[in-house]
Amino acid sequence: MTANPALLLILGAAGVPLLRGLPRHALMAAVPVAGLVLLWALPEGTAPGLQFLGLELMPVRVDALSRVFATGFLIAALLTMVYAMHLRDTLQQAMTLVYAAAAVGGTLAGDLVTLFVFWELAGLSSAFLIWAGRNERSHRAATRYLAVQLLSGLLMLAGIVLRVQSGAGLEFGHLGLDAPGGALILAAIGIKCAFPLLHSWLTDTYPEATIVGAVALSAFTTKFAVYTLARGFAGTEMLVWVGLVMAVFPIFYAVIENDLRRVLAYSMINQLGFMVVGVGIGGALGINGASAHAVADMVFKGLLFMSVGAVMLRTGTANGSDLGGLYKSMPQTAALCMVGAASISAFPLFSGFATKSLIMEAVGQEHLTVAWLLLLFASAGVFHHAGIKIPYFAFFAHDRGYRVAEAPLNMRAAMVMAAVVCVAIGVAPSLLYDMLPYAVDYAPYTTAHVINQLQLLLLAALAFTVLVRTGLYPPELRSVNIDADYVYRRALPQGWRALSRAADAGRARIGPVLRRRGGELWEIATGPLRPGSRVSRPWSTHLMVWWTALVLGAMLLLAFL
Amino acid sequence: MIANLPVLQVLIPLGCAPLCVLLRRRSLAWLVFLMAALGSLACAAVLARQVAAHGPLHYAVGGWAPPYGIEFVVAGYNTPVLLVVSGAAVAAAVYSLGSVRTEIDDRRAPLLYTFLCLTLGGLLGLTVTGDVFNAFVFLEISSLSTYAMVALGPRRRALPAAFRYLVIGTVGATFVLIGIGLAYAVTGTLNMADLAARLAAADSDRALYAAAVFVFVGLAVKAAVFPLHAWLPGAYGEAPSTVSTFLAATSTKVALYVLCRLTFTVFGAGLVFGTMPVGRIGLLAGGLAAVAASAVACFQTDLKYLLAWSSIAQIGYILAGISLGTAAGVSAAYLHLINHAVIKASLFAAAGLVLVRLGSVQLSALAGLGRRMPWTFAAIVIAGLGLVGVPPTAGFAGKWALASALIEAGQWPVLVAMLVSSLLALGYIGRIVETAWFREPASVAEPSGAPASMTAVVWVLVAVSVVFGLDAALPASLAESAAEALLNGGG
Repeated sequence: MTANPALLLILGAAGVPLLRGLPRHALMAAVPVAGLVLLWALPEGTAPGLQFLGLELMPVRVDALSRVFATGFLIAALLTMVYAMHLRDTLQQAMTLVYAAAAVGGTLAGDLVTLFVFWELAGLSSAFLIWAGRNERSHRAATRYLAVQLLSGLLMLAGIVLRVQSGAGLEFGHLGLDAPGGALILAAIGIKCAFPLLHSWLTDTYPEATIVGAVALSAFTTKFAVYTLARGFAGTEMLVWVGLVMAVFPIFYAVIENDLRRVLAYSMINQLGFMVVGVGIGGALGINGASAHAVADMVFKGLLFMSVGAVMLRTGTANGSDLGGLYKSMPQTAALCMVGAASISAFPLFSGFATKSLIMEAVGQEHLTVAWLLLLFASAGVFHHAGIKIPYFAFFAHDRGYRVAEAPLNMRAAMVMAAVVCVAIGVAPSLLYDMLPYAVDYAPYTTAHVINQLQLLLLAALAFTVLVRTGLYPPELRSVNIDADYVYRRALPQGWRALSRAADAGRARIGPVLRRRGGELWEIATGPLRPGSRVSRPWSTHLMVWWTALVLGAMLLLAFL
Repeated sequence: MIANLPVLQVLIPLGCAPLCVLLRRRSLAWLVFLMAALGSLACAAVLARQVAAHGPLHYAVGGWAPPYGIEFVVAGYNTPVLLVVSGAAVAAAVYSLGSVRTEIDDRRAPLLYTFLCLTLGGLLGLTVTGDVFNAFVFLEISSLSTYAMVALGPRRRALPAAFRYLVIGTVGATFVLIGIGLAYAVTGTLNMADLAARLAAADSDRALYAAAVFVFVGLAVKAAVFPLHAWLPGAYGEAPSTVSTFLAATSTKVALYVLCRLTFTVFGAGLVFGTMPVGRIGLLAGGLAAVAASAVACFQTDLKYLLAWSSIAQIGYILAGISLGTAAGVSAAYLHLINHAVIKASLFAAAGLVLVRLGSVQLSALAGLGRRMPWTFAAIVIAGLGLVGVPPTAGFAGKWALASALIEAGQWPVLVAMLVSSLLALGYIGRIVETAWFREPASVAEPSGAPASMTAVVWVLVAVSVVFGLDAALPASLAESAAEALLNGGG
């Protein structure tokens, strides 16, 4: 317990509200760096445990898998802290550190109780980052978010309790779906990892977070879940198909979404899909791929959220339809955003190329042709909605006349650092490969692979260009879908528009009624609980005596029966 | 000296009570109460050590040998309660230095201290006595002085609240007396150990069942077991802050302890849980209390009432643990009893602090004050997380133990009720957090300064609750030895 980077981060977080100005900035940057140093100074293996309520806890376990994830989290924490330096709101800064600590601590947890503690801490601390919007909308979003996170925590606790009761012990190693409590724990992870149908909290609430909050959220919760999945459920075949659905379905939503931060949230599910597929395949290559891609994703997804956040800070909006032409006033942010976009689209020389290909290779080696093709489709989809759509609509497209200042210096610094990491991993993959849990026997830069990838990307880019040039797309539905043909591309927007008109009309007619009815129902249901109601107002003495007599009578009756 | 400690423990506060009236000065009365509380805490600590080392202590009052004379018994099952009660009294004494001045005028303050001494003596006596009729007497001493203390509350609503408490409390006490009378009619003895021996022979006597039912229902009223809880929100919500802090940690807990004591060492677990359906009824009432009271707490608009409703829910947890009748269940109940006493005392103390500084504990009055009173609200949040049961607070240790005990006994519905109740607890604590930090302040008036004594008590209690969460060795060992003493008849 003594040498735990997570504790270091929490201590640092406690110091943040106490300092001002330069010392605070120094502390914010120093804490994650110190965490990294401490992490790499720790010897491999499990630190001596401690006793708690008769349970043997192992709060610190360092092995290759936990170290690579923890390193990623600490780097992400550093980037986020630099990005957050301009804030006056110490709550967000401190909570981001606590949140990062939760992810790091959970990653290093050697037993399930410690894991659960950090699992809950991650949920609680991150809710503050949504709350910190300090308006009605963010209050509601934070409450929804917290409810989902707590549900996940409860499921995990229930799973752990079942597991302990069955005598399987507290150690956090491979859990497996068939072990007692395994299904519950998987469901808990599934919520945080945004499995299909369990994902809606993510796309619902991430875009409601503060600018800094969204950057922090993008790095920790879901990747923490991926780590837990990789540790506990590696090689569970079901996960391959779950991951495929995750990789494919968000593409369609992302294409028609207008809020750029929500587009990024969808693309996050899509990226998570790749990692879940990697975990599902398991084995050295699958786990390596999932870990490497998770670390790369923390950085490039963070970079994208940072650039959109910078745009939002300066223009006050993240809606694609309201933005455009910002490359003139924010050229550096635009360039950095494109580095992130290139990374997520897996351009050669950028990080996604080095990491995603590990997963593709793992799928290929298993000869899962359908899965491989679907992932290929998903890769192309990523390029559309994240690689092109985000920078294009934010910085190019139609000039909306924004003449704003460049992003604050600290934001640009954070983005530059993230971009450097992206390019470094892309140019020298061995930097990351050497940290992975298993030895990597894979070279991403083969002629065939590079050419394949370039073909995919260039054709996608070509399609986009042609479509935009020919003006085939209505402005609010700018999107490209390479495997959809011409007719389909026309039918889709029209059908969509007809559908959404109908849905709007329906919503206008039914919505208020439903909301009113719902409100009334809630009033009726909670009526007895409110102050002044029959239950909660002071009971008269005869009512109390009646109850006492009733209970006495009932107990006597039951006792004599 | 040590041989006389069991009786000294009770006599010190009882003897200090008239002193408080006679001295008439606020500061002197305060000093007397503080001394009484410290004295009983010292006795409790020495006794706990003795019992842990040498086993139970028996003391024949006035030299009259039991079963004819009154016997005091100090054993593993009541040392935790003695420590909690006398510890809470010390906390209340220190706290009252700052609190009583703002709520009660100088003329009545010595009376408050008198009642505090009497309540303390009554509760301690109720805890150590080994004689059922004597238990009734102590129950009445503590109850009557509690009614008077509630009536001293600063608002006019305190009077009807105290009156309601008086009526229903008296009904409960009368039930206890009827039960004791029936048991006496069956066996002809009042000494608990003697009763137990004779009751074993008088099995399947209907008068005996009736005796048990009357005693349990009477104690359930005193312990505010759902649905006999209705006196509690008013009494805790309207009492002076010192009193609600003290009562929240002690009165219902002692009633629950007596319930345990009579169940396991007098009537016997076989009778209570085997032939009579008390265990099932207790689990039902506990589960219902946990969910219903937490749900009501979510909608309260007054901080003290909110805390009072949450107490009813937490009593449900403790009752559920006892009703399992297993070693794990009883030990979990004791652990939660200790932890909850600390947590709830700290919360009521913090609420009193808010009352002093703002003049109101309406949630609407707290809007946006998290930044202006960061330390007070930090204390509320830390203690509140304990109520929810977030690790690593004390609340988690208790809930974890209780959850394991429930699973071991296969009581899934109760476990679900507990988890739902925890979620609801998060709801009402979340409301406080949300109001204090994320709402616009209602007024610009600066909160007045916090008396150092009150702040100190709040933080010491919060610190204790965190320490008990991080290192549960002390409360856990107390709870385990209590369960062992009860279940193995080690008295």
